[in-house]
Amino acid sequence: MPAEPPIDTPRTLFEAYELLAAGPTRPIAGATDVMVQITGELGPIPERLLDLSRIGELKGIDLTGDGLLVGAATTYTDMRRSALCREHLPALVAAAATIGAAQIQNRGTLGGNIANASPAGDTLPVLLAADAVILVGGQRGEREVSAGEFFTGYRQTALAPDELILQVRFPLPVGRQMRFRKVGTRRAQAISKVVLALAWRDLGPRGWADVRVALGSVAPTPIRASGSESVLEGARPTPQVADRAAETLAGELSPIDDVRSTADYRRAVAARVLHRLLRDAGGW
Amino acid sequence: MSTVRFLVNGSPAEVEAPGMRRLLDVLREDLGLTGTKEGCGEGECGACSVLLDGQVVDACLVPICQVEGRIVRTVEGLALAARQRGELDTLQEAFLEHGAAQCGICTPGMLMAARAYLDAGGGADGPAIREAIAGNLCRCTGYTKIVDAIAAVAEPHAG
Repeated sequence: MPAEPPIDTPRTLFEAYELLAAGPTRPIAGATDVMVQITGELGPIPERLLDLSRIGELKGIDLTGDGLLVGAATTYTDMRRSALCREHLPALVAAAATIGAAQIQNRGTLGGNIANASPAGDTLPVLLAADAVILVGGQRGEREVSAGEFFTGYRQTALAPDELILQVRFPLPVGRQMRFRKVGTRRAQAISKVVLALAWRDLGPRGWADVRVALGSVAPTPIRASGSESVLEGARPTPQVADRAAETLAGELSPIDDVRSTADYRRAVAARVLHRLLRDAGGW
Repeated sequence: MSTVRFLVNGSPAEVEAPGMRRLLDVLREDLGLTGTKEGCGEGECGACSVLLDGQVVDACLVPICQVEGRIVRTVEGLALAARQRGELDTLQEAFLEHGAAQCGICTPGMLMAARAYLDAGGGADGPAIREAIAGNLCRCTGYTKIVDAIAAVAEPHAG
């Protein structure tokens, strides 16, 4: 049987902060990642755990003047069912729908996807493309970290050991469009080979503005592809522009070969996915 | 160790267990409910699917501390009322009728995932059924007969 390390179950955020400050402990919410780690087959087993599932403040989805607010312990199923998410951030709903299958979506949370910081985390390119802001907190207070600054290295984040992810804020600029595409071995239960989110605002004759091309599974962290963004900024999604953006993307990515795919495949597929999304946007 | 209380198949359960013990092990080892199978033990195969507050989950991925005060339904509780009459649940009947079970290891999980889908109002639409059981692997049937069985139960009240 797997290891059964001690776990604390705080009822309030205040208690959770105290337990976090008291010593090393690994926060869990839906537990879908950690329950695999306690088998010990993937590396060291966490020595102590902190169950966040009873803390109401971490749940819920809300719309304010600052954007769409999604609590860290919101599950993928919650996001898929949320009228607010479906209306204001369908790309996040699309990403949530590609994760695992019903069993995982009913348990896994947005905060867990972020804290786990896998380069293949399927919601993470959406966060980058949406200029999302991650609210973190602890006994020392709360602070906001932009998604772009959050993922600092392979499975490394800007989160301090005594801090928790509380909420994600997605600004909702007028006219922004976003598309999401994941490529895996099958439609469900697949870890991504390539995942891509594309965002832009269409200024008509002045072309696209605020273009974001964000990818997962092609680098040690989720990344933005600044070269292809520059190609698209101020441009229109014509066949020529799409060709150039796709070529630029293939040139600027340095993915690796691993058990799920090869560097060549990832580079080629990322470029084709971007090309296809631009073709759809251009209507040609 | 801590005391965890919850309802399983309509009856109160109380176990002394470490909070990180898997719901799967509590069901099988502590409560003797061996209808729930262990397949991969890492959330890939769905063999251990049970309902937690009506939602389908992999019992291998749920620490028992998160089950305190909640409602669990396993394959043993799929058809309490029907079983008291010596019958099976309509879903179980449909699986028999359509040949939707062969070796049987996926069957309890498949039934629970299908039950969650039907309880949420799912219809006889093939792609929707396939999505609902996408987290449950079957290496025998090729899925078609399973999808047919679920559709047969859905049909009367599907739109």
